[in-house]
Amino acid sequence: MADKIYSTKLQDKIERSAILMLLFTMVTVSVGGLVEIVPLFTIDETMEHNANPEIVWQRKAGDTLESWKAGDGIRPYTGLELAGRDVYIREGCYLCHSQMIRPFRDEKERYGHYSLASESMYDHPFQWGSKRTGPDLARVGGKYSDEWHRQHMMAPRSVVPESVMPNYPWLAENMVDGETVEASMKVMQMMPGVGHVPYLDSDIAGAAEKVKGKTEMDAVIAYLQVLGTMAKLDYNKTYRK
Amino acid sequence: MEAAEKYDFSTVRWFSIAAVVYLVVGTLVGFYIAAELAWPVLNLDLPYTTFGRLRPLHTNAVIFAFGGSTLMATAFYSVQRTCGTRLWSPSMAWFTFWGWNLIIVSAVITLPLGLTQGKEYAELEWPIDLAIAVVWLSFFINFVMTLVHKKTSHIYVSNWFFLGMLVMITYLHVVNSLAIPVSLFKSYSLFSGVQDAMIQWWWGHNAVGFYLTAGFLGIMYYFVPKQANRPVYSYRLSVIHFWALMFGYVWLGAHHLQYTALPDWTGSLGAAVSLAMIIPSWGGAVNGMMTLSGAWDKLRDDYILRFLIVSLAFYAMSTFEGPVMSVKTVNALSHYTDWTVGHVHSGALGWVAMVAAGALYHLVEKLWNTRMYSAGLVNLHFWLATIGTVVYITAMWVSGIMQGLMWRDYDEYGTLSYTFAESVAAMVPYYKMRAIGGLIFWLGGVVMLYNVIMTVRNANREA
Repeated sequence: MADKIYSTKLQDKIERSAILMLLFTMVTVSVGGLVEIVPLFTIDETMEHNANPEIVWQRKAGDTLESWKAGDGIRPYTGLELAGRDVYIREGCYLCHSQMIRPFRDEKERYGHYSLASESMYDHPFQWGSKRTGPDLARVGGKYSDEWHRQHMMAPRSVVPESVMPNYPWLAENMVDGETVEASMKVMQMMPGVGHVPYLDSDIAGAAEKVKGKTEMDAVIAYLQVLGTMAKLDYNKTYRK
Repeated sequence: MEAAEKYDFSTVRWFSIAAVVYLVVGTLVGFYIAAELAWPVLNLDLPYTTFGRLRPLHTNAVIFAFGGSTLMATAFYSVQRTCGTRLWSPSMAWFTFWGWNLIIVSAVITLPLGLTQGKEYAELEWPIDLAIAVVWLSFFINFVMTLVHKKTSHIYVSNWFFLGMLVMITYLHVVNSLAIPVSLFKSYSLFSGVQDAMIQWWWGHNAVGFYLTAGFLGIMYYFVPKQANRPVYSYRLSVIHFWALMFGYVWLGAHHLQYTALPDWTGSLGAAVSLAMIIPSWGGAVNGMMTLSGAWDKLRDDYILRFLIVSLAFYAMSTFEGPVMSVKTVNALSHYTDWTVGHVHSGALGWVAMVAAGALYHLVEKLWNTRMYSAGLVNLHFWLATIGTVVYITAMWVSGIMQGLMWRDYDEYGTLSYTFAESVAAMVPYYKMRAIGGLIFWLGGVVMLYNVIMTVRNANREA
């Protein structure tokens, strides 16, 4: 019985040896991931700024993160924005809000220009999301006033009656910790390769001072208000094939 | 008892009980967050109970606590039975048991506190990720070493699938969790933007594909033939099913990123392989169901077998729905909507939880050498689980497709017909319906827990 081969010789051999089966499985399951992931790090077209350098902030000597103006190009987050992003991640906002506008007519009218890969190149981790229980936020920056956001996060249904979002009153009470902000920026600066975040040491040195007295609410609002405003995108240009 | 000397089932017993407990806990959290979407007041204005913090708790509890305990119970059991040998290291299995449960406890503490890496289904912070790697490897090594010491000539098919899961989850967990720590409780992913997105969904879809599919197919290949008392329908189909699944499933993650800033070639490749995956998936489902050929009458009074066979029907349905949703035109509508949530749950409730319930009932009867305390309650659980699942996924189909259509609808003047808020308002009845479906499913889990406790108590009293 045990000697009869019911499939092929190779399959039979594999089935008789735990180590062979382990090795063949290890190779088989690795192919798809390698083919799909590795080229994303090496093919230049993956990131639109390689062909369109103007969408990235061209920082001159003496420029600070604060002297940057909306539309100047994609830049690393300020300390306050980064702290706001940490709150956004901590509260799981990405579970109900996407930050990835697709190239459809309705999404363009509802949210704006489709999102580019370069726009999230400083996002560790990415915040594209997978679900829109609430609307997309990739270009929410500048659409509402700071005061509206404050009210909306304290009590969403007081400004949007249909909303099912939780209230976030504690954000107005919790203070941003300057030391954590600087430590976070240092880690971002350490990121290797395509995900490197080009903070200057001078950006980090003054960061704690700049977030002094700010609440988590201030931080989240600063983060939301910068989303989608960094690069000025040309609607007549094709950034992605 | 001869089996008791030949094998070591002590950890299997504990994992089995833990699995049933975690089924009840995990689905209860799921029901609660479903209710939060229907009645936002349930967020309670507390940080620890908001949807955004409890949702990762739900997914971690059902996938890693319930799913993990089930996989470890069934794998440690079936590998011994099919290899005719004792577990390589029972003490290492105890390490796996306590380690895994410690990880679950730390997840229950850290996730409501908002300690998260912010990557779906991989939220746990880096110290816990390290612990997961160590405990997972202890499971892996013990399993492989038991296979090495097999007394049979060939390795039985269920073990191939468990092995595939063990290998792939190791790859996925290690790569996707790479991060630089800021402090003990905070770290940032080593990857950013589009690369991070691809790696995340390579992990995300294969956590489904290997943990919840390959692993549970291992369960299917052992427990369906055992419960039906018939051999697997086709050996050749098993071979094709296995290698096609191992090779093909890993490509699918990219279909989560259609029309995003991920390059088109990657998304299209993912979608193309997704479509092709219907063939091995259905091959596997047919292989499981046809194992009953000539013994269909057993379904009439064997309720445990019912769980196993209906789970295969849901498996076939989900593995058809998935490829359809990966087609670009369908994905344009379904992505970002509740349809995705419905699809996940037709797999998670209909396939994973049902096949797990069938296997766990089978295990309880074998491990305590008895019959279930009440066959009627098994049947009641079966109907609660089935009805709960159907109510849940139907609600999500309707709400998902409605959302997708409302978002892209234009009026006669060429402007968008609905504001986003109007689409949210339209979902409320379906969110309520979904919560009810979840509640029904959870009740089934409670019935199971009661039945298992009574069975074990009675068995211990007689022993």
